Amino acid sequence: MKLTLRIWRQSDREARGKMVTYKIDDISTDMSFLEVLDVLNEQLTATGEEPVAFDHDCREGICGACGMVINGVAHGPQKLTTACQLHMRHFKDGDTIDVEPWRARAFPVVKDLVVDRGAFDRIIQAGGYISAPTGSAPDAHATPVPKPDADAAFEAAACIGCGACVAACPNGSAMLFTAAKVAHLGALPQGQPERASRAAAMLHAHDEADFGGCTNTGECTAVCPKGIPLTVIGAMNHDVLGSAIRGR
Amino acid sequence: MVASGTRDRAAVAAKESSAPRRNAAYRSTVGIKVVMAVTGLLFLTFLVLHMAGNLKIFFGAESFDHYAHWLRDIGAPALPHEWFLWIQRGVLTLALVGHVWAAATLALRAKRARPIGYAHRPKVQGSYAARTMRWGGVIILLFLVWHLLDLTVGTVNPVGNPATPYANVVAGFAPSRWPVTLFYVLAVVAVGFHVRHGLFSALRTLGQRTANGERWARVAALGFAILLCVGFLVVPFAVLVGWVGPA
Repeated sequence: MKLTLRIWRQSDREARGKMVTYKIDDISTDMSFLEVLDVLNEQLTATGEEPVAFDHDCREGICGACGMVINGVAHGPQKLTTACQLHMRHFKDGDTIDVEPWRARAFPVVKDLVVDRGAFDRIIQAGGYISAPTGSAPDAHATPVPKPDADAAFEAAACIGCGACVAACPNGSAMLFTAAKVAHLGALPQGQPERASRAAAMLHAHDEADFGGCTNTGECTAVCPKGIPLTVIGAMNHDVLGSAIRGR
Repeated sequence: MVASGTRDRAAVAAKESSAPRRNAAYRSTVGIKVVMAVTGLLFLTFLVLHMAGNLKIFFGAESFDHYAHWLRDIGAPALPHEWFLWIQRGVLTLALVGHVWAAATLALRAKRARPIGYAHRPKVQGSYAARTMRWGGVIILLFLVWHLLDLTVGTVNPVGNPATPYANVVAGFAPSRWPVTLFYVLAVVAVGFHVRHGLFSALRTLGQRTANGERWARVAALGFAILLCVGFLVVPFAVLVGWVGPA
């Protein structure tokens, strides 16, 4: 298939970027979206142009490294799919496809489609863990966890931290990411001692990073490759309110 | 992401430097949303009671006027004439200031959070109701000014006599004043959309967090939206088609 790609090119953090149009032929419908960019980059390298920078790692949809806004939708048109697992059979021959980086003040563009997601690290550092000497892995039945709690925790823990929720949110909010971590640890017995302070500290780090506030529009969960439900935001609000009421 | 050698130190430094002050939750984006949610629920309560009161018009002029005058004496004899009404007006005005402040703060924050927009941006999922909260709110606010001048103060009402609210309503929705009625209908529909997303969102903000609860929250939000639309629109409709006529 033949495609026209319009890609955001920006040489470094300070540069003014712009959309640049590229024509590309001989694309197989079995290729992933990242493989199309690989093919394009080979072309660009052959003609002496700078290849398009983009983040990628596992290419199995589980690491959260890749991420770009494809035709205005984070990770592209296929639901529950990362850009690396998006195959070209979902596009038509002759399509024009717009590719842009995540757009948020908290995610400055480093180069082309690569953004600095360090703000997510700062949110995790603020409380996205339990303060316990973990040692070696305990026996699985050492601390009994009711099945529904384990399921809820696992559902939230499936977050790969790709940042699509921020990219899609009309408010540029990272509430789905932050809330997924809060809901995950808050659902398990090991997370209880720091539950209230964790929610408050992570929310504080979220707000400090210049992310917007949540307005519950649900754009985030629609594009989330792991299908993190909007209910985690309610779990986070619950814990934040509990923290405020109890004063810790 | 974080350089591995400095990870622990970076983590400790980050935790210390951005450690939230006590009760910082009140000033967080969630705290702002709580102001929005609580004031919104107050408005919803007021609207449901207001709508129920309006429906007294179907019991005739005497019943409606009597009800309207009783509103001025709620709490009597403990509260003097119109005291309850003024307390209620004060509380609702404060709530309105809080609601608009929260909306403006979050809107400015959202604008700041995405300095460079997308070249290609279709609508993904957000319902029409969710996308029109801000402008819908502005329309409702503008309508509120007109509505108070029309049926409370009476300056823009053809009758405008505080002693005869029934006559004010019948004259206000007279067929010849159709542009006013049209504005009323648009505003009520805007309220319906606003409540549809607002109630769902308020419950979520106040900690609604289960999948089952989410389904009920959506049902309740849609139910209240429809109830308010039907309840408020049936009065001008009845005046327009002559079910409710001059006393």
